[in-house]
Amino acid sequence: MIGWTLKFSFSNRTSAWKKDNSFAGFARYTELLQDPEFTHAFSNLLKFTIVFMVGTMISGLIMALLLEKGIKGEGFFRSTYLYPMAISFIAMGTSWRWLMDSAQGPKATGLNLIFEKMHLTFLENAWYTSIKSSMFAMALPAIWQMSGYVMALFLAGFRGIPDDLREAARVDGASEYKIYRHILFPQLSPTFLTILIILGHISMKVFDLIYGIASKGYVTKVLAIYMWQVIFDFQNYAKGAAIAVVILVLIAVVVIPYLIYVSKTEEAK
Amino acid sequence: MSSDLASRASQSKDISRNKKKLDGKGQFWLVFRYFALTILFVIAALPIYIMVINSVKGVTGVNQSAAFLPPTSLNFGAWGPTWKILREPMIRTLVFVLQSSIISAIIGSINGYVFAKWRFKGSTFIFTTFLFGMFIPYQAIMIPLTQFNRWAGIGGTIYVLVFAHVIYGIPICTLIFRNYYQAIPNELIEAARVDGAGMVHIFRTIILPLSIPGFVVVLIWQFTSAWNDFLFAIFLTGGSPKLSVATTALNFITGSGNQVYYGNNMTASLIVSIPTLLVYMFLGRYFLRGLLSGSLKG
Repeated sequence: MIGWTLKFSFSNRTSAWKKDNSFAGFARYTELLQDPEFTHAFSNLLKFTIVFMVGTMISGLIMALLLEKGIKGEGFFRSTYLYPMAISFIAMGTSWRWLMDSAQGPKATGLNLIFEKMHLTFLENAWYTSIKSSMFAMALPAIWQMSGYVMALFLAGFRGIPDDLREAARVDGASEYKIYRHILFPQLSPTFLTILIILGHISMKVFDLIYGIASKGYVTKVLAIYMWQVIFDFQNYAKGAAIAVVILVLIAVVVIPYLIYVSKTEEAK
Repeated sequence: MSSDLASRASQSKDISRNKKKLDGKGQFWLVFRYFALTILFVIAALPIYIMVINSVKGVTGVNQSAAFLPPTSLNFGAWGPTWKILREPMIRTLVFVLQSSIISAIIGSINGYVFAKWRFKGSTFIFTTFLFGMFIPYQAIMIPLTQFNRWAGIGGTIYVLVFAHVIYGIPICTLIFRNYYQAIPNELIEAARVDGAGMVHIFRTIILPLSIPGFVVVLIWQFTSAWNDFLFAIFLTGGSPKLSVATTALNFITGSGNQVYYGNNMTASLIVSIPTLLVYMFLGRYFLRGLLSGSLKG
């Protein structure tokens, strides 16, 4: 199937009715590079990826740190943090679209209304409708959705570390901060790596979330959305395939070394 | 393996044993932790809260400035009409999602068995290739998939979605089952082999009966992801109303142009989310296990 897509991406099939499947070399790819929509979508995706990954990491880690030592009601908090994973983004998009409504001032709704009521007017903004903040705003629901997952991974990581290690350090007089910094975090580096890979590949192919909230709007366009548009609205299969290949390559560059690393360590066991 | 991982993350830590008297500093931190947890709770719950309260305010949910407040009176006006639109797509989704989850679970369990217990030359390589399959974006196979469907004669039927989700489900199902089966002691299989049982026989009589929890995890995982999938649904059905499934029908309701009917939209979104939410509420433990299996390393 991937080979098929590759073949398409090297072809001249630029419209549905012109059934021309001849070989075109890298023509579609050079076209992409000169296409301002493509570079726009690409830079949007980069922005989104950075904000999303950093944000999810931090908030997931905070959740895990708060719960990690055990606290009454842990199960309750944990389930609420994780439930967003179970809901479709087309559904949650409705809520988020309202929350991130761009109306400001007296007509404000959603989050802007909260800011208005709390007299934090400087926080009111146009969310995903303005090119300046669009990708930050889009990363917000994504962070919201994935934080619980990251929390679960971190929690599992923390709990895999024997308590004795901590006790020993405490007996040696290490402060709590030092225990985390020098004993617990280094043990978690495989967890960090896994989370990076998972978040990274989710981010590269992000589609539902953005489509659910902002449809095909220009300011929030990423590669997956653009590809969809190219195929459906312009019927340009070859170009769409080329974009798909770009997404695939982006993911492969990150994932393949990781998988090789994983299978090496598995074999060593 | 991953089941330990899941139990580590899903069992609350036993706090009774270190219930020593908290000093002032300890008490401060405890209060601080609850405070922070509560703030995070409010943030996490906010979108679903909005959805629930606005679904009982009638079709338009008129008063925007009161949208954060619970309704003064219950108005289920939006439920009837939305349910009427969503009923058929949701039943269709349920049927196809069940089909695809069951098929991919069965294939996954067979694959997982082979990878876990019958290692052969190159099996690690093949397994790694399988894993890469998990990371292949939908987009990379969508165009050829539509052509394949036409060629296979299933274009324009719901089987395009069954097929797509089965194919996509195989890697993750294989992985979950492999990890699960690795925990089954090899001696058990050795013993059966000594008694003259073959590969298939061992699978049927020893492995399958032990697999129930594995199946629950996989089925839930597949159910949730197929139910929530939008990209395949919209792409492979071409937006045809005859084939609309839960997410595409919902997108049709809430899509651009209808954004003023917030009450209506929120109701529709809620209805579509109910099945997966129910699964999450009652089988959350298994759901978490599926999630963590996706992280490969345990």
